[in-house]
Amino acid sequence: MTTIAAPRTPARPARRKGVNWEKWGWIYMRVSGVILLVLIFGHLFVNLMVGDGIKAIDFAFVGGKLSNPFWQWWDVAMLWLALIHGGNGMRTIVNDYATGRTIRGVLKVAILAAVTILIILGTLVVFTFDPCPAGAPADLLASFCPAN
Amino acid sequence: MTASLTRTSPLESTTSKRPAGTLYRGREGMWSWVLHRITGVAIFFFLLVHVLDTALVRVSPEAYNAVIGTYKNPIMGLGEVALVAAIAYHAYNGIRIILIDFWSKGTKYQRPMFWIVIGLWVVTMLGFTPRHLINVFSEMGH
Repeated sequence: MTTIAAPRTPARPARRKGVNWEKWGWIYMRVSGVILLVLIFGHLFVNLMVGDGIKAIDFAFVGGKLSNPFWQWWDVAMLWLALIHGGNGMRTIVNDYATGRTIRGVLKVAILAAVTILIILGTLVVFTFDPCPAGAPADLLASFCPAN
Repeated sequence: MTASLTRTSPLESTTSKRPAGTLYRGREGMWSWVLHRITGVAIFFFLLVHVLDTALVRVSPEAYNAVIGTYKNPIMGLGEVALVAAIAYHAYNGIRIILIDFWSKGTKYQRPMFWIVIGLWVVTMLGFTPRHLINVFSEMGH
């Protein structure tokens, strides 16, 4: 029988008080992962497989999708779930491989900043987006725009 | 016992020159984990770029079309196949991880489940790759 070496992570007694954030992070990865499978496969199917696929993607295509609340909420859910899922995964990797205390802190702050900025930016874009901007060439806009 | 738990290198406690036995090292268990990490990091960096390029719809139709146009060349088309390959693997292996965690027979069947993941991944890519490459290459010259 092979003896397996003890883990390198020092043994710590379990927290008795407060929120167990690592447990909730572990649960979040699994729950968001299942939802993201549906959202991202749907996203890829609609954008790359249906019709002319990537050929059809331009401002008018996005304008048509993001003027529909269904796709607005689909995209915002993907944005939040995926960036937090990815950010937490990157945090796990940094904790595993960055052994220096300072570099580990810097990398985790960078991950948090990137995730936070992109969630705010993406959410603002989805909900303040105008599919028919005034003055834009009509041939670049969706067919439902008044310019057409 | 408790003292030896801190900072024990697994390499120092074996005379074996190669990974073997019940160690979680080598074979499907380790490689599925390695691939999960690599695909996860790749998808994360793509996601950062993808949110920024999509945010250009808020700038102007011309700005968005100019950037999305660069996604339509054949080299990027192959990159998109690699991206979908990474996403499909990460998604299916993620389900395998959940089954290992929550299904009572999950650990017992982790190895066959890995090959089911690979099989589903192959089927997905056989469906996606020709369709996408036809779209990308028929865009050339337009």
